[in-house]
Amino acid sequence: VSRTAAAAEICADPEPGGSDRGSGAAWACSEEAELVERLRAGDEGAFAELVERFHPAMVRMALSRVRSRAVAEEVAQEAWIGLLRGIHAFEGRSTLRSWLFRIVLNRAISTGVHERKHLAVADEELEHRDGRFGRDGWWVTPPTHWADEVLDRITAPSLAARVHQVIAELPPGQQAVVTLRDVEGLSSAEVCEILDISEGNQRVLLHRARTRIRTALEREVLL
Amino acid sequence: VKIRRPRSRRAAHDVTCREAVALVTAYLDGALGLVDHHKVQQHLGECPHCTEHLRQIRATIEIAGRVDPEDLDPGARSDLIALYRRWRSDGDLC
Repeated sequence: VSRTAAAAEICADPEPGGSDRGSGAAWACSEEAELVERLRAGDEGAFAELVERFHPAMVRMALSRVRSRAVAEEVAQEAWIGLLRGIHAFEGRSTLRSWLFRIVLNRAISTGVHERKHLAVADEELEHRDGRFGRDGWWVTPPTHWADEVLDRITAPSLAARVHQVIAELPPGQQAVVTLRDVEGLSSAEVCEILDISEGNQRVLLHRARTRIRTALEREVLL
Repeated sequence: VKIRRPRSRRAAHDVTCREAVALVTAYLDGALGLVDHHKVQQHLGECPHCTEHLRQIRATIEIAGRVDPEDLDPGARSDLIALYRRWRSDGDLC
């Protein structure tokens, strides 16, 4: 999947009215049917391709629900077994990757180390308590300009590492949503389906996650 | 810091900076209704601070997309391929 295409999509002007296309949607459409067919035909290469593409993300996904990396690896491995068992019955009502992530999540939850039935939307970091704004809703402390600097340093490993670390420290719901949306490039519809949450809830979690990452980046850049 | 405020705050648009920041995720998803979307857009056109904030959120998304899917551990890869081969030969596992 092309990350450049993802970036181009993110940078395009948004359009109103629910243009809900995940940046990875192109991947899903063009390659998925073919991969499913190859898997059904017993093509090991197709399995290896999927493993290469999704296993690390699946482990990360499981880590939002279980405590240890070893358990997360086990959960992801069980999910692959689930995929192999289910591939002949897979009807393509969802995308292959949302199905796969959904299996991971179900396994991780039933492993249940710190299971939560629903993703909690904690009442925190609400903008009305945000000291950056005055009572009238205008900036009291406007943001220092650093977006360009970050884009110039976009390939700097320290920034990516910092973002990776912040994501790993987010509460499970925020971590799952931002990983699927911004790291993996899934659409909001896919993410809602995988996590079984409403679009609004998904957006709140994404907003909070991005807000935290932005703040961490700001500290990193202005340090 | 002296903040340059849009001249006709209420007349030009109904969106405050706090609201524009709160709506940024919905805005980027194209999930706002037509009217709200244009209000936010109009606010952004007038407010350099919120525009910078939006650019920072976009930079944040951009970097998150580059958090490299860490390379697959060769051990994990060979375990999974072995698992696949067992699956193919036995027809079932566990």
